[in-house]
Formats: sequence, structure tokens, C-alpha cells
Amino acid sequence: MTGTVATATGKPARSKLPEQALREKRRRWRRLKDNISRIGITAAGYGVVLSLALIFVYLLYEVLPILKGATIEPVAEYTMPALPAGDRLAHLTMERYQELGIRYSAQGKVTFFNLNDGSIRAQQGVVFPANQQPSSFAAAEYLGGLVAYGTNQGGIQLVRPDYELSFPNEQRHISPQVSFPYGNTPITLDLEGQAIRQLAVQESTRGRPAVLAVGVTADQRWVLAHISTRENLFTGALSTQVKRSQLTALNMQPSFILVDKSFQNLFVAEQSRIHYVDISDLTAPRVLQTVDVGAEITAFDFLVGSVSVVVGTKTGELSQWFPVRDNSNHYSFERVRNFASQPGAITKITPEYTRKGFLAADSKGNVSVHYATSSRTLLSKNLSEQAITNMAISPVNRAVMAVTAQGRVTFASVWNQHPQLSFKALWNRVWYEGRADPEYIWQSSSGNDEFESKFSLIPLSIGTLKAAFFAMLFAMPLGIMAAVYTAYFMTPKLRGIVKPTIEVMEALPTVILGFLAGLWLAPFMENNLPAVFSLLLGLPLMMVLASFLWRYLPSRLRNRVAGGWEAAILVPVVLAFGWFAVSASPWVEVIFFDGSMRQWLTNSGITYDQRNALVVGVTMGFAVIPTIYSIAEDAVFNVPKHLTQGSLALGATPWQTMVGVVLPTASPGIFSGSMIGFGRAVGETMIVLMATGNSPIVNFNIFEGMRTLSANIAVELPETAVGSSHFRILFLAALVLFTFTFILNTIAEVVRQRLRKRYSNL
Amino acid sequence: MKKWFNSGSPWIWLTGGAVTISVVMVVGLLGLIAVRGFSHFWPTNVAQIEINDAKNNIHEVLLGEIARSETVTAAFAREAGHVVPEHMKVVTRYLVKQGNREHVSSDFVWRFNMGMEEFQYPKGVYVIERRAWGDFFGFPQALQYGGTEVLSSAADFHQQVQQQVAESVAAHQRIKRIERGDIGRINTRMEALRLQQRQLELDQVSGHALQQALAQIEQEKTQLDADYLALRQQLDTLYAEQQQAVLRMQMVNGQEADIKLADIVAITLPNDMSALQKWSEYFKQVWVFLSAEPREANTEGGIFPAIFGTITMVFIMSIMVTPFGVLAAIYLREYAKQGFVTRMVRISVYNLAGVPSIVYGVFGLGFFIYFLGGNIDRIFYEAALPSPTFGTPGLFWASLTLALLTLPVVIVSTEEGLARIPSTIRQGSLALGATKSETLWRVVVPLATPGMMTGLILAIARAAGEVAPLMLVGVVKLAPTLPIDGEFPFVHLDRKIMHLGFHIFDVGFQSPNVEAARPLVYATALTLVVLIIVLNLTAVTIRNRLREKYRSDSD
Repeated sequence: MTGTVATATGKPARSKLPEQALREKRRRWRRLKDNISRIGITAAGYGVVLSLALIFVYLLYEVLPILKGATIEPVAEYTMPALPAGDRLAHLTMERYQELGIRYSAQGKVTFFNLNDGSIRAQQGVVFPANQQPSSFAAAEYLGGLVAYGTNQGGIQLVRPDYELSFPNEQRHISPQVSFPYGNTPITLDLEGQAIRQLAVQESTRGRPAVLAVGVTADQRWVLAHISTRENLFTGALSTQVKRSQLTALNMQPSFILVDKSFQNLFVAEQSRIHYVDISDLTAPRVLQTVDVGAEITAFDFLVGSVSVVVGTKTGELSQWFPVRDNSNHYSFERVRNFASQPGAITKITPEYTRKGFLAADSKGNVSVHYATSSRTLLSKNLSEQAITNMAISPVNRAVMAVTAQGRVTFASVWNQHPQLSFKALWNRVWYEGRADPEYIWQSSSGNDEFESKFSLIPLSIGTLKAAFFAMLFAMPLGIMAAVYTAYFMTPKLRGIVKPTIEVMEALPTVILGFLAGLWLAPFMENNLPAVFSLLLGLPLMMVLASFLWRYLPSRLRNRVAGGWEAAILVPVVLAFGWFAVSASPWVEVIFFDGSMRQWLTNSGITYDQRNALVVGVTMGFAVIPTIYSIAEDAVFNVPKHLTQGSLALGATPWQTMVGVVLPTASPGIFSGSMIGFGRAVGETMIVLMATGNSPIVNFNIFEGMRTLSANIAVELPETAVGSSHFRILFLAALVLFTFTFILNTIAEVVRQRLRKRYSNL
Repeated sequence: MKKWFNSGSPWIWLTGGAVTISVVMVVGLLGLIAVRGFSHFWPTNVAQIEINDAKNNIHEVLLGEIARSETVTAAFAREAGHVVPEHMKVVTRYLVKQGNREHVSSDFVWRFNMGMEEFQYPKGVYVIERRAWGDFFGFPQALQYGGTEVLSSAADFHQQVQQQVAESVAAHQRIKRIERGDIGRINTRMEALRLQQRQLELDQVSGHALQQALAQIEQEKTQLDADYLALRQQLDTLYAEQQQAVLRMQMVNGQEADIKLADIVAITLPNDMSALQKWSEYFKQVWVFLSAEPREANTEGGIFPAIFGTITMVFIMSIMVTPFGVLAAIYLREYAKQGFVTRMVRISVYNLAGVPSIVYGVFGLGFFIYFLGGNIDRIFYEAALPSPTFGTPGLFWASLTLALLTLPVVIVSTEEGLARIPSTIRQGSLALGATKSETLWRVVVPLATPGMMTGLILAIARAAGEVAPLMLVGVVKLAPTLPIDGEFPFVHLDRKIMHLGFHIFDVGFQSPNVEAARPLVYATALTLVVLIIVLNLTAVTIRNRLREKYRSDSD
């Protein structure tokens, strides 16, 4: 091709086409544009698909740390500063910045040392009067940091470490010292002045500070002192008040003694036995129970909160015990769970400060990390060749320090973020502290550190299924029947109005449905319960009755209305019956239920909440109907006409055709619609949030509320700490919802595509 | 009978009944919202109710609006400690809104109709809408100024009072303008200066440059302080002036009460109004509701910030979702190889539309806010830390989360639009020598616009009504400022917003006085329903019209 073409007249005419070079250029430009467009769109497509996939990946990423166990990484190893001859290590702790360790010696020497190299920061002796010597030692719950020395003159000296923080040059500096919160001089525990051989002490943190000390004297008497404080209103000075008594009935050779924070229970370990003593009456202690652990007890300590006792034995077994109350208000001391055994005899149990976990060390140098609620053993690690005799954990659970008999210290960092969670803790019954039996409970947070978080997903899952079940119970019959009628029996004219009307419901914000359910429907139902039930039962009867009466109408009148208008004819029937049911409701209550059906239910032992599953079922069913209706209607409507016509031609009635031909063919579509509706009901948040009491209970009572996974997320996620176990469980809940609905919808979609293919082949 | 049963006719009627029930429920629901919502604005007559119930020893006179009535069983009344004669099986009770919250135990009270005289509607009752304590019902006594009576029984008393109230409201608006506008601007500037100073520290500027910068900041601060003082003085005079005028009212029990004009929003006399006046008052109230800001923990006043917040959020969401949704759909339909993988991807994308919205909220909170927002703050807003700028719920994250949520809707609709275009059109274009991109952008995409528009509008409708994810990613009960205003950069993506749906949830379920808030919740719900139905109908209409328009082209 050149730039010219021959015309019919033979005269060469100028072509409208541009020059070749220009054309080349334009072609290149067009190719470039084509490529840009292709690459751009492809990139955007990939981007969108990937960002949607990111939702799943990210949720998983937030959930995965739950599965991780604990790790302990040794940071430093050194020999502990030596103690004078005749003295020995009594107790070890750590301050919260993991900078200093505190060592209490049996002779009352307190050493603050650098955790990283063992260098001494400060050393201080506990002051005793000239004639008194320490003869025993006890530590109260670790969180308060209180320790006590019993003296050879029957006194006790209460000691607490004190830290002063300063920030010279924006660097943290801690100056430690020993303080005496209950006075500088020892408080007399034994009025006879005998040496205290063994001691237990506990501090109460509720209200004004108070301490209970129990000691065993050299002549085997049990003495007890209740030390309370009072603040002078004007000077602010604390004065202490001591109530003493002797526990005469006790006659034991204890190896360990523990007092709980309520000052009511005493736990005494003696050889392989534990005595559970009630000391609520200080003058008359009662040994409630004696249990045998099976092997000699070598370690014995409370978990935080001083409700559970963890027992370690010579054979390396670890078990958790706490008092359990039965129906007749009797307490018994029960073995609640066992933990993985350790190879050596347990030498030390160190509870965590703010949750129900603990570390156990044994005579073979192993340290293991356990958690009570989830019965998990997160890690077992050998830290030393020698037996570990003492151990301390940081108040924030991030570091541990273990000491051998030779005074060799291993300081290690700990990662143990999510010990509360295990498959068992989330999905099985768990025996929580203070409960009579293992139970499913969701109670994620509370005001204090001693609270045992109860993370069972069962109440939430049951709640979700309960809400979805009642919603489907209401929505499926209505949605499917309405779809069948609209697609097959209704006149096209009416269908053109009805279908969009019902489908408009799908766009209705659920917050509006939820608000109507909570503020209008729930009180209405409560006041008109008989009306609700008479409507549920009576409406179908009324419709059949209407159809029966219609048959006996004079044919002249009947023939005026063509087939397919039944739904319109029924409108007045439904309205009239509805009005009748509501206005008759008080009379029904008066006649059958002594004036109040609600009261009648309560009297028959059925709990009735105003915002209950019935309200949720109706409202959420209402939200789900359009989903089911729309998909089922399409499926029924698209059944090929030759099938139905063939059936009708063979003499089947329209209803027989419906049941025998249309429904079997369209059933996958109906199934698929129900699945999608179910998925929607499972994930719906606002309706359940507003129309239920949001109480996480485990039952299927239609008159009680529930808490669903989604509502739980909406309620709790804004208030939880980022990265905490609770936070991750809520992400897990979201992941469960995501996966569940995704699978449900995929099944529905695949079924639907199959159906479409089948229709085109018929 | 048996024949009738076998014909299946009862079953057909039963299925028909299902349709009837569904439709009745939809219409009933919309009707309920409409009736309750619209009636919120009507100036109801104030009834004087006299109760002389000797059996229960109740003798009282109430003045207030009848909120509603219901029939309950006598047993119910007896349970509530009420003596009901044996022969009565059911009793009627009325909920009376008597207002005057600070003078009576409860502003809404239930009263049984036993011993109730016929309702009176006395002329001259004032219904005073106040800035605090809700409505006041009573009879006017006098208008006082600084303790002395200036007006009591003049013929034009009502007009005078109304005029005074109008002036007081104008003064109030002036005060608000100064507080919000001028002082707000000073505060913003002060905060900016503080950040500037902090930034200098972070950048480790030292020596002369630092001195200079600090001096400049100091100078500006002094200027701002002076401006503030001047404004403060102006405000003080306005306040002092406004506090002077007092309206003395008498309640129905004879007790007198003083109401400062400064606390009055409006006074109406519903019992004296003609039907025409009532209608004009009605439309005035509708306008106030739509244009005013909420008062009293959102239970009074208007919902303008919620409407504005919803629209802004939806608008920003549309800007983000449209291009990506459309491009993704074009990719899936036109460029991707139509194999197993693409089919799986398509099904997955479709299914995301069915994933619970709260899941998107969780993702938005974790990924967008804590991860992305936290990093943005560390990089760009270091000076403001530790108070987060983007690392906290806000407008942008709310819009982005909803964009992600509605992406499947747009993709599905656009794909449907693309799929409807016959391949002959594409082939025709290609045969004429057009490149693939030319075919796409000049022929295919214009034909598929109805699908895209539908997708977008459906996305908007969904986003406007979605609440659960927004509770996590940026919607609050009460936002002090609008997300768009005259301050640079005009659109504040980091601000928290109010939202109609959340407003309903909050006012209906978190407010201390549910009874007082109830009508407002209905009105808000009505606004939201109207908005969403209009959007949906628009989608349907546009789809149908564009379908008609392009039908001839594509056939």
C-alpha cells in the first residue's frame, strides 16, 4: 500500500490516511496504550483479589500466636553473692522492671542485686531487737511482696521491699530499700515467747491492710495473730491492732503451712497428706478434711488469688487442688487437675503474679511452665545439671531466675503470652476456681488481677446457633412457601409488585430491625404472649379455613377473581385475625393464665427474659426471609416450562405438579438459598446485640436470651488490650465466623451453579 | 371434602398465605416506622388529667402529652400494687409525658384510667423546649429581668415572650459561633504550635535556628493568647446579659418555677394552635431535626452531624471502591484466563459478600488501624505521639473498611453488566482493527455502565446501613466537630464521625432515658430507611433506564 489509491475515474486521489511514519508512530502508541491498560487492569485485579485474601491471612496471623507454647532463653549465668556461714537462702523475688533481684536470707539479710551479672546494688539487714533472732520465714502472696520473719522470742517482723524510681538523664534508676509497713518492732505472735519454728502469713488486699499470721512454736503449739491497721484521721499515721489466739485442736507436724487471703482457710501439708482446716472461727479451728496425695509433698504453694493450691511431690507429680462447695454448702478439698510430671522431685513452685500460671522446678535441674485453667504444660526445659532449689519470676511474667544448691544463678527471659488458651480451654468443660463442677463459661474480664478468665467458646457458639436456629425456624417455611407461590401460582401482575417489595427488605439496615425488636417487639410480645402464640398456630388454620370457605362461595362471585390472587384475598383474613388475636390477648390471659402468661410461665419453672430467642427468631427471621425467598424464587421460576406443562398435560393437578416435578428439580436452589440465609443469620450482629440480653448462657430455651460470637466481638473488642489473649480470642471468633460462612456460601454457590447447568441441559 | 383436600387447594392457599404474611410484615414494619417517625414532629395537644381514685387514694392533676395507652389485665395492675375492683378483668393505662424533669420524680408516668376524669385541653399552656432537663409544661406567670417584673398581663404577652425568646436564641447562637468558630480556631492553632515545637525537639534542631523558631512560636502564642482574652471578655458580657431574663412559670400543681430565657430553645402553645399553625410548626420541627445538632446525650435536638457523617463516609468509600471494584471485575471478565482458578476466585469474591460484616470490622481494627495507622503515626505524626492521629478509629479507616466490605457487591454487579454484552460486539470492534483496550474502554465499558452504577448504588445503600463494623473502626456517639470544615486541610480523614445507624443504636440502647429518646429514635430510623429505600429505588431505576437505552445498541 502506498499513499495513493486509484479511483474509478482513474485519477489518483490523495488518501486520507496519514504518512507511513506517522502511522507507525500511532500504532506504537496504540500498542503502548493497550499494554498499559492490560498491565494496569491485571495489577488492579490481582491487588483486589489479594487484598480480599489478606483478610483471611491477617486474621490467621493474629490468631496463630495462641498456639505457640512458652520459651525460656537463658540470658546470664553467674554465682550468687556469698552469704556468711550458717546463713542460707530463704526466698527470692524480682522487681517489675526485671532489673533487680531480691534475696532474703534465713538470718534476715536482704540483698538487692543486679539480675544480669549478680553484682550487689544494696544490702540491708532486717532490724531485730537485741535479744531476738529470726527463727523462721514466710512469704505472703507475691503480688504484695510482703514477707515475715518469725523470731526465737515468739515475735514476727513484717517486711516489704520498697523502690524509689527516678529518671536522671532520662534513664530509669531504681533505689531499693527495705520497709516495715506494720512497724519497726516485731509483733508478738506467741504470748509465751517461744521460738516460732514454722510460719505462714497472708495479707488481705481488700479494704484496709490486714495480715494473718499462723505459727508453730518450738513446743508444738499453733498460735495465730490477726493484725489489722487503722489510719488516724488527723495525722494519717497507721496504728496496728492485734488479735491473738491459739489453735488448740491442731496437732500436726507440718512441712508446709498456707493461709488464704480471706483468712478463713488453712492448708497444712504433712508428709503426703494435706489437712484442710477452717479457721473462720479463730478460737475453734475445724479440720474439715484430710487428703492423701500419694507421695511425699516437697513443694506447696497458692496460685494467685490464694484459692487454688498447687502440690508438688517427691516423685515429680504436680496437681491443683481447691475447696469445692456442694449443694448443701459443705466444702471439700478436691484434686482438680494434674499436670505433666517432672523427672525429679519438685523443689519449688513459683506462681505467676497476675494470672493462674506457675513454674515448677525439680531436683534434676528442670523448669517447667504450667497453666492451671487450660491445664497446659507450655514448656519443660533443663536449665542446670544440679538441683534447682529456688526460683523467682518477674511480676510481668517476662523473666525467670533459678538458683541451684551451689548458688549458681540462671537468669532467663521468658515468652509466655497466651497460656490461657488451649483447645480444651476453649471447647471443653473446665473446672474453674470456686465452681462445683467443670462448666462452659464465657467471662472474659473483671476488675482485679486475681480473676480467672473464663474463655469457653461453647456458650457463644451455642448462642450463635440458637439465634440462627430460631431465625431459620421462622424464615425457612415462610421464605420457601412464599417463593413457591410467587414463582408458580401467582399472577404475573401481582408478582411484579410482591417480589420487589419483599426484596426491599434485604436492603433494610439491620440496626433498624434490631431497634424495633428491642424497643417495640420485645415489650409487645411480653405483654401479648397469647397473641403471639395464637398467631403462630392460628394463622395457617385461618388460611386453610379461608380456602375452604372460598370453595363454597357462589361461583359467580368466585369466578370474578382469577387464580393466582389467593395471596391478595388473604390480606384481610390475616389482618383481621391479627387484630383479633391482639385484642383478645388480655382476655386469654385472664381466662387461661390467671391474668399473666409471663407469670404463669415463671411459675411453671420456665425463665422468661424480655429480650429472648423468640424475639430474635422473629426479627432475624424477618431479615433472612428475603435472602431465602429471592434465591428460591429464582430457582422455582426457572424450572423449564416444558417439564411443568408435560406434567399438567398428563392430568396432574397444579399442586401435584408442584410437589412431584417442580420442587424436586428446584430443590438444590432452595437448599442453596437456605444455606446463604443461614450464613447471614449466623453472622448477623446488630439484631442480636439489641434484641437479646447478651448473656452467655448455654441452653435452647426460647424464652431466654443468648450471646452470639458476632455480638460478643462488637461488645468486647473495643475494650480489650491489643495483643492480649482476649484480643486474639476475639480474632479467633471472627476467623471462625469468616470460615464458617465462607464454606457455607461456597457450598451454596457450587450447588447453584450445578443447578444452572442442569436447567440448561433439560 | 376429600376431593377438595386432594386437589391441593389448601396447600396452595397456605403458600399464598406465606406471601401475604411476608408482605404484611414488610408493609407493617415500614408503616410502623413511618407513623411513629412522622408523628414525632407533630405538636400534640397538652392534656390536663384529673384523677380522683378513692380506692387507691390517688388524687392528682397531671399536665402533659399522652404518649400512648394500652390495655392490660387486672392481675397485672394488682401486681403493680394497684387496687382493682373484682368485676374488672382488664384496665386501660396511659403513659403521660409530664416533663418538668427536675421538679417531678419521673417525666414519664403510667396512670390507670380508674377515677380518671375526662381530659381537658386548657388554653394558654406553654410547652417549653429547653436546652437541659427536657420539656417543661406549665402556665406562664410573668417575665422578669434582673429580678424585677417587666411583663405579666399585657395583651400581647405571648408575642412579647416569643420575641424575647427569639432574641435570646440569637444571642445563644452568637455565643456558640464565638466558642466553636473563633476560639476553636485559636485552639487548633495552639495545638499546631505545640506540635511544631515538639517536631523541633525531634529533629534535634539547635543553636540559632532553634532560637529563631522558638521566638516565632512564642510570638504567635502571645498573639493568640491576646485574641483569646478579647474573645473571652466578649463572651462574658454576652453570657451575663443572657442570664438576666427569667420566665416565671406555674406548674399544674400550683408550684412556681423560674426558667431562664437562656435555657429556652422554643416555646409552643399547641392547645391554642389552629390546624394550619400546627402544620407549619410540624415542618419547622422536621427542618430543625434534620439541620440541628443533638443535645442532652443525643436524646433531644437534631441529627445533622449524623447525616453529614454518614454521607461523607459513604462518599469517600465510593471514591475508593468504584475504581478498584470496576477494574477487578474487568480483569476477571476480560483479561483473566477463564479456567478453574478464575472460577474459584470468582466464587470466593462472590462469597465475601456473605461474610458477616463484623468480620470486616475486626480486620479493619486490627490491620488498618493498629497496623497501618500505627505505622503511619510513627512515620509521619511522630510529634503528636503518644496521642494517635491515624492509629485510632476515624473517618478514613471507616470508609476503607466499608470499601472492602462493598467491593464484592461492585465486582458482582459490574461483572454481570459485562457478561450481558454479547461477544459479537467485542468481535465487531476487534474486527474493525481496534485494539483490546480500545474495544474495552470505548465499546464494552460504556455498555456496562448500568451494571457499574447499580453496583455502586447498592454498595452505597449497604454502606449507609451498616453499623456493626463501624462500631469498631471510627463511629462515635458524639463527635465534637464535623469531618469537613473550614480548617486546613478541609477534609479531616482522621476525625471520628457520627453515623445514623449508630445513632439509632446509641440513643435507643445506651441512653439513660429510653422513654424520652424513643420518638427521636423512630424519627432517625425513618430518615435512614427513607435514605436507603431511595438509594435502592434509584439503583433499580437507573439500571432499568440504562438497560433500555443500551438495548438497541447491544442487540
